[in-house]
Amino acid sequence: MEKKIRVLIAKPGLDGHDRGAKVIARALRDAGMEVIYTGLRRTPEQIVTAAIQEDVDAVGLSCLSGAHNHLFPRVVELLRERQADDIVVIGGGVIPDADIPGLKEAGVKEIFTPGTSTEDVVAFLKTHVGR
Amino acid sequence: MSVVKADWQEGFLAGDTRALARAISAAENEPEVVHSFLQEHSGRLGRAHVVGITGPPGAGKSTLTGQLAVTLVARGYSVGLLLVDPSSPFTGGAILGDRLRLPDLAQGSSSQIYVRSLSSRGSMGGLSRATADAIKLLDAFGKDIIIVETVGTGQSETDIISVADSVVVLAVPGLGDDIQAMKAGILEIADLFVVNKADRDGADKTERELLSMLKLQASSSGWTIPVIKTVAIRNEGIADLADQLLAHYEFLQTSGLLLEVRTARVKSELNELLQLRLTQEFQKVVGAARYEEYTQQIVSGNISPYEAVNQLWQEFVSEIKRSASS
Repeated sequence: MEKKIRVLIAKPGLDGHDRGAKVIARALRDAGMEVIYTGLRRTPEQIVTAAIQEDVDAVGLSCLSGAHNHLFPRVVELLRERQADDIVVIGGGVIPDADIPGLKEAGVKEIFTPGTSTEDVVAFLKTHVGR
Repeated sequence: MSVVKADWQEGFLAGDTRALARAISAAENEPEVVHSFLQEHSGRLGRAHVVGITGPPGAGKSTLTGQLAVTLVARGYSVGLLLVDPSSPFTGGAILGDRLRLPDLAQGSSSQIYVRSLSSRGSMGGLSRATADAIKLLDAFGKDIIIVETVGTGQSETDIISVADSVVVLAVPGLGDDIQAMKAGILEIADLFVVNKADRDGADKTERELLSMLKLQASSSGWTIPVIKTVAIRNEGIADLADQLLAHYEFLQTSGLLLEVRTARVKSELNELLQLRLTQEFQKVVGAARYEEYTQQIVSGNISPYEAVNQLWQEFVSEIKRSASS
């Protein structure tokens, strides 16, 4: 039976701008993936619990509030604590170039900033998620 | 450090959530592994109360399911939720958006609730093929109550009765008159009716129509189907629903109907497995090329589909006989 790539799309933090998250969710769906969308304002703890319960291959985090430097690494850290660090974490949103190296060092696999083509995100997941 | 993918069985028996999640993925992707695991641990099965929630899209199934789960956990039960959403007929992809409707407590703050979103993966009856196995896994894991939410249904997606002990059918005000309520199909499978969004105009009318439909229906079982009004988003009427659900389960147990329901389930499962096996054997023995040839013959009008089936069947039987005698 064909295995499907499962991705959790989550919005940590307090901003309510979910347009980007929805566009990505839709693009991944159209690429044949199963996308679980958590809705707005989730805590890193809720996101990690959902990722584990749903047995996803990847978590996509979207943040437009500026709190990415705190929230993204926190999700990676919690996944590691719960021995689920094989789940790939990617991030998106208005993220200054200067912040990207730090986020990657913290364990975020890739950062997609405004203007990214959805095909790039699909391609990235297909290459980095191995089942 | 991370768990090896195939290695969930030990963790599952130790009560690890990640292992349970892996097991359900296995049910979707490599069911044989799960079947042999369940066979080995069949003593753990048959203990959970399986509840089905069904109704039209937008009726509030996910919101109600989430509130119900939180209410049941507060009463001391551990609960597993399976939320089924449709897959795309074109790409096979899916947006699984039921989880988003759950209240905070069901979002991960309570260790007593396990939530899993399932894509229907092309199944048409309101569930996915793996749902029955996922239910068994949650049962074996030790969940007291398993709530299965179907995809938004129309009138005839009734697969849920083949897996649930208690079926809740959701109605909302304003979706049709009393003739709609008389139709065969989904309305016949309810053990409990819920009129959700009961703060809206027409809720009383919907309730009356369901009640008068139920009056015309001969009930031989001794269970009176209740109609419960809820406003799921404000948690109104959910305690009443929980009471009635637990009462229904008790009724099933004391009346002996539970055994009957589960016997019927085993029968239909056996049928299904047999059909699957037969189809597989057929494909193996007769071969895909013959199928293709016959398809072409039918398309070009040389042979009718009925004749094709007869001939294919003859080929199958003689092939089986030959391999048995050799």
